[in-house]
Amino acid sequence: MGRMRKLLIPGVDKKLLVKDALKVMPDLTRRRFISGGVSLGALTLLTGCDVVDSDSADQFLTQVSKFNDAVQAWIFNPDTLAPTYPESMITKPFPFNAYYDLDDAPEIEGKDWKLDVRGLVDNKKSWTLDELYKLPQVKQVTRHICVEGWSAIGSWTGTPLRDFLKLIGADTKAKYVWFQCADKDGYNSPLDMRSALHPQTQMTFKFADEILPRAYGYPMKIRVPTKLGFKNPKYVVSMEVTNDYKGGYWEDQGYNSFSGS
Amino acid sequence: MSSLAAAEDVTQQEPAKVIQPAWVRAMHWTNAVAMIVMIMSGWQIYNASPLFGFTFPRSITLGGWLAGGLLWHFAAMWLLMVNGLVYLITGFATGRFRRKLFPITPTGVISDVKAALTFRLAHDDLSKYNYVQKLLYAGIIVVGIVIVLSGLSIWKPVQLQWLTALFGGYDTARYVHFICMASIVAFLVIHVVLALLVPKSLRAMIIGR
Repeated sequence: MGRMRKLLIPGVDKKLLVKDALKVMPDLTRRRFISGGVSLGALTLLTGCDVVDSDSADQFLTQVSKFNDAVQAWIFNPDTLAPTYPESMITKPFPFNAYYDLDDAPEIEGKDWKLDVRGLVDNKKSWTLDELYKLPQVKQVTRHICVEGWSAIGSWTGTPLRDFLKLIGADTKAKYVWFQCADKDGYNSPLDMRSALHPQTQMTFKFADEILPRAYGYPMKIRVPTKLGFKNPKYVVSMEVTNDYKGGYWEDQGYNSFSGS
Repeated sequence: MSSLAAAEDVTQQEPAKVIQPAWVRAMHWTNAVAMIVMIMSGWQIYNASPLFGFTFPRSITLGGWLAGGLLWHFAAMWLLMVNGLVYLITGFATGRFRRKLFPITPTGVISDVKAALTFRLAHDDLSKYNYVQKLLYAGIIVVGIVIVLSGLSIWKPVQLQWLTALFGGYDTARYVHFICMASIVAFLVIHVVLALLVPKSLRAMIIGR
């Protein structure tokens, strides 16, 4: 980016210019441009690093990661439940984790919030929080495992996603449920349908028996104990049932997309 | 000079004796590459959530950042696992492990350790391992198996939860994985130093004799 800035015309608002240029670009290029800025190759180039981190290595590793997606989907047993723990083992305080500080976490007004439902579903009606709270809920005490390596046990209460998908008449033969979130610079994540239909996959409204606090994703988080933490989106605003792979915030930057645990 | 020439004559008279068969050499160097990639990318992954009060310097990690480290780690694991599995099967099937690594007796180990520390350990016949070598080579194979299993248990703590439980749970399995890495690095340092001190052993691992 540094080199690019020098090339720009003095007196022109550089940020606005970049913004306009991005708008003109077709969608696919835009995504590649944005994700390319933080990809493995670009980062190592910035730090002036090794020969192995070239573009071809990058491409090869991406291919292996796709192969690993397939292997993990094959290993995934929809009947295998994530281990559950006694409440005494809950990690206190449960860590807040995001690509921003807690102060920058979305502040959502519950009464103004609606869950948008899109894609391959019979009933595309939006859901208010009160309507969602009326659905049957279950509690789980499971281990949240972060891609960084740390883990923490938490208590989440909410509606099994598979019950909700049934309720809205979702095409459960579709490949993904794609979630979009209210995080400041956006957040989204695709969830493969078999994981979405796993009995422990949950639309979470409560943490430790209290209404989900802002730190943990108010008003709704998707809890997937069979996935790494970044596949558990918070501040969810919409879900789309789709056959298209729409990418995700971290997935586009190189984290393995299946990331099953 | 004359003694050197005489030694060369002896080796030239029996050129047929292969110390390291081709399959051992191929798998040894494949494993070396896989291990180094696994260790350096593993250090990158470690840095994202350190278990101890230190991180590995950027210059010796692979991948540039966490996602890059993970991509390398989960690519090289295939090379490590497939090569390692074929090595174990061949090692048992050909009887190489039985012939070269066993038996390991405590008295043998103690006397050879003493000899090694006083620099009196003989290396006349490279096709025969002394007790220190036997112990280290057998030991590092076990560590290799444990590091792969603990790695799998960290990768799949739900699907392979019985394995994760065997290692004392997810968090403990991370420590097991780390300690195995540290053991392999320690082995690697000794292994390379000794190979350089006895260059003909290095030659045997490259050209076979």
